[in-house]
Amino acid sequence: MPTRQLTVLGGYPTGPAATIRKDRWWVSPAITLIVLTVFSVYVTWAALQGDHYYANPYLSPLYSPVLYTDPSVAGAAPIAHSWLGVWPSWWPGFLPASPALLILFFPGVFRFTCYYYRKAYYRAFTGSPPACAVNPVASRRYRGETAWLIFQNLHRYALYFAVLYIFILYYDAFVSLFRNGEFGIGVGSVVLFLNATFLGGYTFGCHAMRHLVGGGFDCMSCGKTTARYGAWKRVSWLNARHPNFAWASLVWVGFTDIYVRLVSMGVITDLNTWTN
Amino acid sequence: MSTRTFKIWRGDSGGGAFNEYDAEVDEGMVVLDVLHRIQALQANDLAVRWNCKAGKCGSCSMEINGRPKLACMTRMNTFGPDEVITVQPLKAFPVIKDLTCDVSWNYEQNKRIAPFKPQPRGRDGEHRMYQQDVDRVQEFRKCIECFLCQDVCHVVRDRGRKDAFVGPRFMIRLASLEMHPLDDDDRVPEIMKEYGSGMCNITRCCTDTCPENINITDNGIIPLKERVVDRYYDPLARLARLFAGRRMRTKTRSEEQSK
Repeated sequence: MPTRQLTVLGGYPTGPAATIRKDRWWVSPAITLIVLTVFSVYVTWAALQGDHYYANPYLSPLYSPVLYTDPSVAGAAPIAHSWLGVWPSWWPGFLPASPALLILFFPGVFRFTCYYYRKAYYRAFTGSPPACAVNPVASRRYRGETAWLIFQNLHRYALYFAVLYIFILYYDAFVSLFRNGEFGIGVGSVVLFLNATFLGGYTFGCHAMRHLVGGGFDCMSCGKTTARYGAWKRVSWLNARHPNFAWASLVWVGFTDIYVRLVSMGVITDLNTWTN
Repeated sequence: MSTRTFKIWRGDSGGGAFNEYDAEVDEGMVVLDVLHRIQALQANDLAVRWNCKAGKCGSCSMEINGRPKLACMTRMNTFGPDEVITVQPLKAFPVIKDLTCDVSWNYEQNKRIAPFKPQPRGRDGEHRMYQQDVDRVQEFRKCIECFLCQDVCHVVRDRGRKDAFVGPRFMIRLASLEMHPLDDDDRVPEIMKEYGSGMCNITRCCTDTCPENINITDNGIIPLKERVVDRYYDPLARLARLFAGRRMRTKTRSEEQSK
């Protein structure tokens, strides 16, 4: 016979974020919320500074590629690093004269529309739902990604640009092996190479990339060892590790900017092999 | 042997309540074993659906401590020694009695999906496909139709949008048909407009919950979403189709018929 009776209509709790789960389901979304908030605040601050993003021969990834530069600014890239020359006179005065503002749009859209990050921030920021079998926070009529969130389909276009950035970042890392014409290596070079590698693993393991290289075909090999099938398998390997690369690249890109900024400001000294 | 407390929801569509039972638990038992012991010794009228006791029939789906699980695959030694174990029917479906639900809505969704349509045979009169091309489809064939993914999907479970989304189980059925190297049908317009690929916001609870470890989100739903992007949101792909002279449907069959 039952020993006690508890009256609960339907058995399920009601109200935002209510659940019968007893584990610490809120830990993961809380960590996500903290890390993404700290990253977003730092990157916004760093992008608005417009200075100390270059410490010969290191260039911060938040400012690469440098389309325009104002060499008179402390810690700015030299004119040789600029793709289009000196800072333009047409730039609106109310906006900070920061090269990062010209180039961060595409990496930002790529990361924001990423299938993995969508899970992360839908859970952490909008509580839709905050965790599995936990009530959603918002109660208005749900329309998923069919209404204004339809812009998430821009992910593929952001990917095209993000791939270009990977080659540029590797070029920056390669260039960082030469200071004033002398070959060498410093901690900053290692930091830049790791940054390009983490971002490359993240970008080339993207779900849209997996679809484009072969996933969109029903017959990927048709019995032959095709380049398409080989590429799909390799991208699938990266894709299975997409969350790892997503977090590693996020943290490392922020760390790389901090490292270059502190070296540029003279707060820390870069250990390296150069003599000049 | 130890005594454990179970809080089991008892009732029907008219309402119900949690009843608490103290049950003896032996080493190696799973939750379903304890439910059977309670049924045998304390509550002969306890309704619980089960069949294989091996995680392969998908019958004993229920919510254990708030998480959708198979009772036959949830070992008692995964709980703390003093933990009260709460057992409920699936939230996403109407209760019939106690722990059994009416899951017929799922079978209605299945009927809506256009079945496998084989391509014409090759010149040698045979259908041919290659293992490496069907590997990804075979992952979806592991599905045991326990409907835990349907239950944990917040669109089906909490949002009341069964009208707009067929749920993860049928997204992977669609994926298994759409990606099949010998299937000749095109379901992409229906996937977007009728089965509701856009309703999924990829929070991956279906993948986390699947007892067969099917990667529903990454291997099933997202590839379908990408096929929808190909068809509707990618002007470059549209241009490529135009130059190649390939016409693809953008309207569903019901839209074409009503025109």
